Amino acid sequence: MERDDLIVNDSYALNAHHSEEEGRKIRSKIWKVTGILTLLTTVEVAMGIFFKRSEAFSWTMIKWTFIVMTLVKAAYIVLVFMHLGDERKNLKRVVIVPYFIFICYLIFIAITEGFGHLWNFQNLH
Amino acid sequence: MGGEATKAISKEILWGGGRSPFSVSYGKMMMWYFLVSDALTFGGLLTAYGFARAGSEAAWPIGEQVFRALPGLEGEYPLMYVALMTFILIVSSVTMVLAVESGHRNNKAGVLKWMALTIVGGFIFLGSQAWEWSHFIHGSGGMFQLGKDVTVTADSGEVFEMKAGEAVFMDHHFGHLAEPWVEGDPNVSLVNSDHGVKLVQVGEHSHEAELHSLTINKYIENESHVSDAEAMKLWNARGANFSFGANMHDSEYALQQQYANFFFFITGFHGFHVFSGVVINIIIFIMAYKGVFERRKHYEMVEKVGLYWHFVDLVWVFVFTFFYLI
Repeated sequence: MERDDLIVNDSYALNAHHSEEEGRKIRSKIWKVTGILTLLTTVEVAMGIFFKRSEAFSWTMIKWTFIVMTLVKAAYIVLVFMHLGDERKNLKRVVIVPYFIFICYLIFIAITEGFGHLWNFQNLH
Repeated sequence: MGGEATKAISKEILWGGGRSPFSVSYGKMMMWYFLVSDALTFGGLLTAYGFARAGSEAAWPIGEQVFRALPGLEGEYPLMYVALMTFILIVSSVTMVLAVESGHRNNKAGVLKWMALTIVGGFIFLGSQAWEWSHFIHGSGGMFQLGKDVTVTADSGEVFEMKAGEAVFMDHHFGHLAEPWVEGDPNVSLVNSDHGVKLVQVGEHSHEAELHSLTINKYIENESHVSDAEAMKLWNARGANFSFGANMHDSEYALQQQYANFFFFITGFHGFHVFSGVVINIIIFIMAYKGVFERRKHYEMVEKVGLYWHFVDLVWVFVFTFFYLI
């Protein structure tokens, strides 16, 4: 049966191999990214514990900090762990453009609609 | 990675058929397309959560106050357990990317080792989620709604005017005995004690719990504790509505049901992705073990399931921020 996923000269997957030396470099990059992701998560939790929501001004700033840190984490996962950074430019765009548009929408909802103000229990009835 | 991705390819070859314009195989490209569409599903859920929160008439609970228990420990650890789950998922993502890296060097032993660790990480995450669901469903004491207005002084000295219909939260020990009492279990009775009231359970499991303090403003802003005689004022003003834990119709976390439903749906949908990811990882592990990829001379299947597994991690990063943190 003819396979439709072969590229030229039966080389099925491009970029599917690398040498020992390249492997070492890639591994050290992976560990570095692991450190960054762990650090960011730790900072997020620490901020969640130490800052109170009733302080309205600083809470807006903190929300933005959370969102920026999330986007940094997401970028590292997609570009390094999922190797999108090594793919061709057109594939990168196919993936990132819809993500980017939707994430902007999500942030807009999160900041302006969903979490724009604090609910006060007293004035709800 | 010195593949063809960096070489210029003339347009006729690129778009003339016979090869992928993205320089990736069909399977990998389709995996990316699937992940883009799946991301839109999760994005839709989180957006719906944002709108529900904006449109909610009743108060919306706060992540740090809902999720602050650790298995087997007393005390409060806001979001620590969720952070631990996040960390487990990040670590299993790292072992996955190391499996992919081993595959690029055709190192079968490395692929097997790292994939096995990824599968173990996936199971640990699923177990953690099962505990979190269980804790969420059983609740941390329950709440009752006030039947009439009452003014109380909190331990902090602040005076609160509580209105009929507002929620008051019980502590772990008292609340878990109050539940059978509210249901009319004849083995649980309410008796007077020196400090106020005591719930006593007789029979096979005998327990008792005194009402020491109650919590107001929980899950809303800064919660306040109310003890002794002031707590008794709240207890005596209680209405008929009690809620314990959460299910699809009732929740102790808020006077609206949406928060619990979104918790079940968003984390449940994500958990189902983790579960299917673990199953797929096991299948690929067995294929690698049997030498299927050795014969193919490349480990691209590991890369494809790796993409799915990283995506699961990616989604959790967003759920963590938009559901738990803000």
